[in-house]
Amino acid sequence: MSEHIVYPRVYVVIFLALLAGTGVTAWVAFFNFPGPLNVVVALTIAVIKATLVILYFMHVRYSPRLIALIIAAALFWMAILFAFTISDYSTRAWLPIS
Amino acid sequence: MPEDLATTHEHATAHSALQHHFENMEQQRAAATLGMWVFLVTEIMFFGGMFLAYALYRYKYPVAFALASNHLDIKLGAINTAVLIVSSFTMAMAVFSTQIGKRRNSIIFLLMTMALGLTFLGIKAIEYYDKYRDSLIPGTLIPGRPFNPDVHELHLLPGMPIGNVELFYWIYFAMTGMHALHMIIGVGIMTVITILAVRGRFSPEYHAPVEISGLYWHFVDIVWIFLFPLLYLLGRHLEGHL
Repeated sequence: MSEHIVYPRVYVVIFLALLAGTGVTAWVAFFNFPGPLNVVVALTIAVIKATLVILYFMHVRYSPRLIALIIAAALFWMAILFAFTISDYSTRAWLPIS
Repeated sequence: MPEDLATTHEHATAHSALQHHFENMEQQRAAATLGMWVFLVTEIMFFGGMFLAYALYRYKYPVAFALASNHLDIKLGAINTAVLIVSSFTMAMAVFSTQIGKRRNSIIFLLMTMALGLTFLGIKAIEYYDKYRDSLIPGTLIPGRPFNPDVHELHLLPGMPIGNVELFYWIYFAMTGMHALHMIIGVGIMTVITILAVRGRFSPEYHAPVEISGLYWHFVDIVWIFLFPLLYLLGRHLEGHL
């Protein structure tokens, strides 16, 4: 069987990192950072946590690169969705209303 | 091990779970994993749309959203996040136990995962009940109890339309409700997997169903990992200054 078996030690480390990330994100939420930094920090921590789950709990680190490509395709699709829709809404004030 | 039988006429000694259109168990497992990932991509599209709605309306009404978000129970939200993270750990351990043939351990970890999933749903139910009690369920979904922020001292700022705050709760209930539905389905799937595990269906040679059910469970966890900061934490840095 060519399937890679991940040892529990790895799972424990990732699990503790996820709990730590949750604590940090809740703690940091109460600090008032300048501008949009609060959202940036919150989303950065969330993306790191999700990446750890995907790579280790979901075994993508040990899977064929085809799986990684499919995930990349999903993220690319979301990027298009957000980029085009937000750029539409955020620039509506630029057009004069007759 | 009969996995390497590439010819199509040797199925008398092939694994009992090997389907006729696959050459060996490894190929079948890889195909199952690929199929589940493609399904998860459709789920990303599904939740992605709702995250977009959240992003747009938060961009449009930032103060109203912060005000509304601060009335969510951050303690319950954080506990639920921890509950799901632990459940992802026990799910990964369940897959590992099946991979090394430890059937008893795998059943214990599967049951722990399900218990944690039900804990999450129980805490969610408490939160939903609190929203009902405080008349924060949007629109007229509850007959005789329309959306009324003043019941829980969610005082609108001067000039702030009630609809902006109500919109946050529409999005909150839509997203957490859809997530909870996925959680319920996940517990249902795990029930089936646990029953099959008890019956001795899985082994180091055949455990793809456990693995791909785990992929679904981890995905539901990832959605919550994003929901928690975006719904519960967005206005905490402004608490007291709104």
